[in-house]
Amino acid sequence: MSQSTQQLGWSREQMAQRCAQDIEDGSYVNLGIGIPEKVALYVPAGREVIYHTENGLLGMGTDPSEDELDPDLINAGKKPVTAIPGAAYFHHGDSFSMIRGKHIDVCVLGAMQVSENGDLANWSTGAPEAIPAVGGAMDLVAGVKTIYIITQHTTKTGAAKILPECSFPLTGKGVVNRIYSDLCVIDVTEQGLVLTELAPGIDFDYVQERTAVTLIKALK
Amino acid sequence: MIDKRVTSCATAVADIKDGDTVMIGGFGEAGSPIELIHALIDHGAKNLTVVNNNTGSGRVGLAALIENGQVAKMICSYPRTANSMVFPELYRSGKIELELVPQGTLAERIRAGGAGIPAFYTPTSVGTPLAEGKEARNFDGEDYVMERAIKADFALIKAKQADRYGNLTFNKTARNFAPIMAMAATNTLVQTNQMVELGDIDPENVVTPGIFVNQIIEVANPQQESKLVKEGVVYP
Repeated sequence: MSQSTQQLGWSREQMAQRCAQDIEDGSYVNLGIGIPEKVALYVPAGREVIYHTENGLLGMGTDPSEDELDPDLINAGKKPVTAIPGAAYFHHGDSFSMIRGKHIDVCVLGAMQVSENGDLANWSTGAPEAIPAVGGAMDLVAGVKTIYIITQHTTKTGAAKILPECSFPLTGKGVVNRIYSDLCVIDVTEQGLVLTELAPGIDFDYVQERTAVTLIKALK
Repeated sequence: MIDKRVTSCATAVADIKDGDTVMIGGFGEAGSPIELIHALIDHGAKNLTVVNNNTGSGRVGLAALIENGQVAKMICSYPRTANSMVFPELYRSGKIELELVPQGTLAERIRAGGAGIPAFYTPTSVGTPLAEGKEARNFDGEDYVMERAIKADFALIKAKQADRYGNLTFNKTARNFAPIMAMAATNTLVQTNQMVELGDIDPENVVTPGIFVNQIIEVANPQQESKLVKEGVVYP
């Protein structure tokens, strides 16, 4: 089952591309490490989006060339980046005031599990031998206005990641607004999880079989 | 006359005592005051509580300070990074304590420490294991947890430019925790790439005003942590 999930539906790039369609012109956006970073590659032409990285930069640009590489200019994943004309640097207190103070419009993150009411688990499996590490994830979900999740619909072994309740330690409670999986787009609403869009070649029943929560079908 | 310049990193760290709390600037290697950290290793103060976002990489800088057995406790948000092996090993064998703090809460606890605010309420971590045992309160229909400020005996930070009053500028994202740590520590020790004359830094462009700074040492060509790690350098 897991292999068929990998082959059908959207690729990682296509998930990022689909998510990018929903980021409005003029947004201030924070992208998590991994697939979410790819969203920046697909923002539709004509929209101007400012990227925030929590280690102190608004106006993060593309990857640096060899000449531009500066170990003092990195993103939250500690990878070298560039700053666009019009960028601003600031310290961590200000950076997280932007986050906690609800000044950032959109944050795109990965997920280990998402629950029916929008709880997110994405920092720890709770395994006793693991070294706990949380970074800025809890601050982002608590403070950013809109939280988008990009994730494979199921785990590598085919287990559901969209669940009635998360079994892993939470990153935040009731924080997720929308999920972009390789199979579909799901809105988290007060009525429940609403499936609004299917990836090409995927039908509703196929998604429902791989989701541990009853989905509400409302295709656009 | 006010002149906060000192002549060596060793002089700067000389008063750090066993059991002190030491804030160390940097986000990974960006902003890490590696020469001051190495001077602290040479100095040898033990049983330190260290506040940093991470736990260092390779066997230089912060990782070397930990490996040298000088750190009893780390307060940080992300103790794992690429090339970090010293802390994970000690943590698994129970030889070092960890206080895990969400990154923005860590920043605000430090800022509060420097601003005379003993505690504050934040929405971060509500409903998660990191909120357990903390005072909770509802304001205007939203849940918050109380977090205490962090203060330190010393802060070790890295600046781009400094004048003898201690006014500082920083380089790009190497600024990160440095300005708030400078506020939260009783003694702030700065290594700067460049000493400049009073007035050379436009007052409009001073990032950290000198009132938050105690001692400054010029390190014109600081070592680069990632380069040392790549070369397999071990300090001392």
